[in-house]
Amino acid sequence: MNAIEITNFHKSFGPVTAVDNASLTVKPGELFGLIGPDGAGKTTLMRAICTLLLPDSGQILVNGMDTTRDVGKIRASIGYMPQRFSLYQDLSVAQNLRFFADLFQVPPEERTRRLEQLYQFSRLEPFRNRLAGDLSGGMKQKLALSCALIHTPDLLVLDEPTYGVDPVSRKEFWDILRTIQQEGTTILVSTAYMDEADQCERVALFFRGRIAGLDTPDGLRRDYPHPLYRLEGSDLRALRRFFQDIPTVHSIQLFGDALHVSFAQPPQPGDWRGWQDAVGSSLSHWEAHPPTIEDIFLDLIRSAS
Amino acid sequence: MKTHLARIIAISKKELLHIIRDPRTLIIIVLMPVIQLIMFGYAMNLEIQRVDMAVIDHDRSRTAVDLQEAFRQNGFFNLFPYEGKLADAEALFLERRARVILMIPADFGKHLQREPLVPVQLLIDAADPNAAVNIQNYCNQVIRIFNERYGSALALPFEIESTIWFNPDMKSAYFFVPGILALLLVMISALLTSITIAREKEMGTMEQILVSPVRPYEIILGKVIPYAVLAFLDGALILFLGMVFFQVPFIGSALLLAALVLLFVITALSLGLLISTVTSTQQIAMMVALFATLLPTLLLSGFIFPIPSMPRILQLLSYVVPAKYFLVIVRGIMLKGNTLTQLLVPAGFLALLTAVLLAGAWKKFRVNLE
Repeated sequence: MNAIEITNFHKSFGPVTAVDNASLTVKPGELFGLIGPDGAGKTTLMRAICTLLLPDSGQILVNGMDTTRDVGKIRASIGYMPQRFSLYQDLSVAQNLRFFADLFQVPPEERTRRLEQLYQFSRLEPFRNRLAGDLSGGMKQKLALSCALIHTPDLLVLDEPTYGVDPVSRKEFWDILRTIQQEGTTILVSTAYMDEADQCERVALFFRGRIAGLDTPDGLRRDYPHPLYRLEGSDLRALRRFFQDIPTVHSIQLFGDALHVSFAQPPQPGDWRGWQDAVGSSLSHWEAHPPTIEDIFLDLIRSAS
Repeated sequence: MKTHLARIIAISKKELLHIIRDPRTLIIIVLMPVIQLIMFGYAMNLEIQRVDMAVIDHDRSRTAVDLQEAFRQNGFFNLFPYEGKLADAEALFLERRARVILMIPADFGKHLQREPLVPVQLLIDAADPNAAVNIQNYCNQVIRIFNERYGSALALPFEIESTIWFNPDMKSAYFFVPGILALLLVMISALLTSITIAREKEMGTMEQILVSPVRPYEIILGKVIPYAVLAFLDGALILFLGMVFFQVPFIGSALLLAALVLLFVITALSLGLLISTVTSTQQIAMMVALFATLLPTLLLSGFIFPIPSMPRILQLLSYVVPAKYFLVIVRGIMLKGNTLTQLLVPAGFLALLTAVLLAGAWKKFRVNLE
């Protein structure tokens, strides 16, 4: 039995289609990522999985239970972390944890053990008496995660848990997620940061309510049809203008201090020499480069539209 | 059952923490009744006392002096002689030196012994109409007593002798203490309840706690109980202050009052719940709750203005104001010693109103984000 099984899920709000005919399955114990920009429909899908929204059509099964019928059972069995920080800011770390433990009826002896465990990985123990509202962004997310985990759910649904969190805390957060996964918890996580896709075992690329790609990150890379090169140089704008006019170029993307250029036909060594002669010092270095998830995503968007 | 109760307690405990963490709410809850009692008790005093009365005595007979003495003994009037002409007396009103002028005509004493009707002129400043009516009533009372004593030559076929029951001294504390009780219970129960649920929605915490085994009624009960207890304690505080500082009597059964206060609190809580289900932010909830509780309770409940003298449409509207029934109940129990059987009608209406409000809130309460 799959942890999550979504079949032809469709949901619109008035004239706006949020999720359009999405189907995907999440296997038990998997760390699955929903990747896509804001407004792609990730939150709608996650809320529907958590029984907070009803499908217009299609079906969602969570551990074999229908989200429209077994609402109570599903809600009791999953851990959910909404997109916005949704804990009580005027309550302390310990009080928030105790409240959710009470709400989920965690028995006292298990509670002590679980709290110890959660404090250990979140390293929030020293801050247990601090108000949740006074925590840093990263600590807030760790507290929210701890609250969602207090009843040891077998499915964890996290809506953009690393949004607005500094890079160090983000890395720490993903490490924690992997630890939780190793304990056997299925995790569905969404993010708008494309680079985080590689932290997941499988991902669904979301764009405008549709699933544009669904595979492991490596699988997506394998399916990327174009040879891709990474170009460095002193004047990336001039470089970009130059390559836009080359007929064999498929796409050009700016990535920080480099350009990613994909080709419709593989360029020959002679091509590169000619191009370098033409642009001079603007091009200092080029190399074949595996596509990033962002390259893949942008390509899928382009071919979709 | 045990798990349901445990979750209700969990939510109540959390709510209590919110209340303790937010001293402003706590201060409002404790200070509001005290401040309102002081305001109503001392500032908004509808009783008339020490009314300045200018006396123009053209007679200066023994009888005229007796008449003035009668006014003086009543205790409500502060008499002073005015020597000017009646035509200039308007200045007394304009300068607010007097609110009433008593003009005793020449030969008043002499005429009184022979003629059936002797006019005495009263001029009353009616810039404040309520006060003017009261002053007139007091004057009539004094004159009636005076007439009896002097055995007016006119023999009336009958006389209306009115006795005021339950509040013979017409003390306003008797009416405002129950009124404030109603106002405060409504404000705390409806206003705070609607705000606390709207806050969960606004902060996104409702989304979080909905994804848990908790049932809607557990959320509602858990949130409502701490405020109901607070409202109850506040009610007791108001009654205590009213009885100690304003000598409001308590003739009836305290147990009956407590039970019906509980009913009223539940009514107001249901109203608050209904408001919270149709609003999404604390601000809107507060505005709606204030509009739905403060004004109707002040104006349409019979607290200050008598319902029978309202236009028909407002009279009809008053039927859905819970405080209308509650005031009948509180005044009935405290001042008249009413028993439950005598209060079945207002209590029944209150219960009916509660059922309707609760059904509405139940129907509108969203268990998801649809």
